[in-house]
Amino acid sequence: MARAVTPRRKLFFTVAAWSIALLIFFPVLWTILTSFKTEVSAVASPPELLGADWTLENYSDVWARSDYPRFFLNSVIISIGSTLLGLAIAIPAAWSMAFVPGKKTKDLLMWMLSTKMMPSAAVLIPMYLIFQRTGLFDTRIGLVLALMLMNLPVIVWMLYTYFKEIPAEILEAARMDGASLLNEVLYVLTPMAIPGIASTMLLNIILAWNEAFWTITLTTVNAAPLSAFIASFSAPQGLFYAKLSAASTMAIAPILIMGWFGQKQLVRGLTFGAVK
Amino acid sequence: MTLTFRALLSACAVGALCSAAVAETTITVATVNNGDMVRMQGLMDDFYAKNPDIKVEWVTLEENVLRQNVTNDIATGGGQYDVVTIGTYEVPIWGKQGWLESLNDLPADYDIDDLLPPIRAGLTVDGNLLASPFYGESSFVNYRKDLAEKAGITIPDVPTWDDIKKAAAAMTDTEAGIYGICLRGKAGWGENMAILTTMANSYGARWFDENWKPQFDQPEWKAVMTDYVELLTKYGPPGASNNGYNENLTLSLQGKCAMRMDATVSASSLTDPKQSEFADKVGFALAPDMGLGKRANWLWAWSLAIPSSSDAKDASKAFINWATNKDYLALVASKEGWAAAPPGTRTSLYANPEYSALPFAKLTIDSINAADPTNPTVKPVPYVGVQFVAIPEFAGLATSVGEIFSAALAGQKTVDEALAEAQALSVEEMTAAGYIK
Repeated sequence: MARAVTPRRKLFFTVAAWSIALLIFFPVLWTILTSFKTEVSAVASPPELLGADWTLENYSDVWARSDYPRFFLNSVIISIGSTLLGLAIAIPAAWSMAFVPGKKTKDLLMWMLSTKMMPSAAVLIPMYLIFQRTGLFDTRIGLVLALMLMNLPVIVWMLYTYFKEIPAEILEAARMDGASLLNEVLYVLTPMAIPGIASTMLLNIILAWNEAFWTITLTTVNAAPLSAFIASFSAPQGLFYAKLSAASTMAIAPILIMGWFGQKQLVRGLTFGAVK
Repeated sequence: MTLTFRALLSACAVGALCSAAVAETTITVATVNNGDMVRMQGLMDDFYAKNPDIKVEWVTLEENVLRQNVTNDIATGGGQYDVVTIGTYEVPIWGKQGWLESLNDLPADYDIDDLLPPIRAGLTVDGNLLASPFYGESSFVNYRKDLAEKAGITIPDVPTWDDIKKAAAAMTDTEAGIYGICLRGKAGWGENMAILTTMANSYGARWFDENWKPQFDQPEWKAVMTDYVELLTKYGPPGASNNGYNENLTLSLQGKCAMRMDATVSASSLTDPKQSEFADKVGFALAPDMGLGKRANWLWAWSLAIPSSSDAKDASKAFINWATNKDYLALVASKEGWAAAPPGTRTSLYANPEYSALPFAKLTIDSINAADPTNPTVKPVPYVGVQFVAIPEFAGLATSVGEIFSAALAGQKTVDEALAEAQALSVEEMTAAGYIK
């Protein structure tokens, strides 16, 4: 029997949820606030909030010093490109694993996941050399391939989980009605798995957008995305905190807004199949 | 038909001529994010006016990321970068690998003999200048003159460590939030180990003997660590083991550090009334010594170099000549005043009456001249470098040792324990690297 939700319990959980949410969001909030402070105010000890000197100068400086639109465009192309390519490969793969599993399907899934456990630095030199020798270094297509390969295990796993929730009988009925394999996947399976595919897509775009190790290592000028844009304002001695915060805010704002609008879909997708 | 053919031929000829006229070389410059480099990017119109056929693309990265990316590129002969910003640590190591192009043939107006001798020595390998200094720095003492006066003490321009200890004790007023001395305590080869290595040089200690045997088990290092921990524990700010360059600079700008030993490059911030309300109360002194002939000051220069893998060496040399020439210093001065000119690279800058009138100019040049990267210690050593040892293994080893010493400062282990641990670790690393047979 479910326990009744008393107003007191409700209040407690509401306060707890808001506190945790604020705690998680606080670093982002602090970054945004710092981006509007002067450099001196940004490093003041104790930290200043109400008495800080507010300015928009950091944004104008960052804009003047960098080619933000180029970094932004690269981020959009790389994150969306790697996601679409990943989905094109992962949907058939997840279909076969979910509906026509073989003896080694589970092992294959575990192996795919295990590749995510390998530290990126372990394959730095081979990746670097491959990219240089094949002319993929500092190209958008190179990064699309790298990020697609990196996130493919996550995409396959997520889609596999969603596809498993779809009754095989529906696909069987489509086959009996004469649907080809392509039609079955395109017109029966995909529409039913739209929430799952959408949330996978959103999550993958976020992962690709935020990736910093490979996007900084494998680019110099032409394909450098917003992660490299942020890195260009970072200094080891902590100089220019305010400008670094402005650059960070400019880099995370698009993905934050996208996540905000897509959060319903994202939560729905992520909790899909959690309760039967 | 003939007319069409001729028209086409003419168009091709004009096109070829035009493309030849506008053919430009693009060079990629990898740099770090600091005030002087940012200023240079803002002055590029002058470079383009003088070199219309060269286009510069910038890749600005955090120091450690830049080091890693440039190392990958040069080691694999990638040729992604035409000009790289590197420090005095990398030059001897990369130079020995043959990774850097010699700059001995820069044009006469570069005036190679005008470079400050210690800086030039740090950037030269086997007679070849392998990097051109963009700005150079040493370390010195800055202190609040009003607090020294209030405490009834005088800090000599050329102090000893005893002078520093006495001054720190006299000026500390913890109730008022004034700390007698601020030194870097945060772990890192460029953080606490920069201070501790230079302090060690002045105490007669050294990282390795002539046979690359680590020396942390020697009495000189015990004296260094004992005094360092005692100074910061008694007279330093709370949480000193977490304070690096930036934290201590902020404390100094707020007037909370009565005294600090750190980079000369921070002098322009400390004397800037826009940044500090104590700007007119700052005094400077050379880094202290123990009367053994070596002072506790370092030597560093951010410099521009050309990787041997670059395919645009001539254009890269033209850029380096512009960015590190005497004319560039005059250009900065004409736009932002002499105080903004990149310091520590050229003798002529310090001969300039306007620049030498700045309150920190003389002590900066004296500090730089007091450092000798080829002979950094009291006892003989097999390495070059003042606050570092120019071997590839040093950055990793010194960061690990820095963590041990930072823990000692935080009170998590005794000085003896920390030194024993540092010695064991260093012997292990140096044996594994093949230095100790």
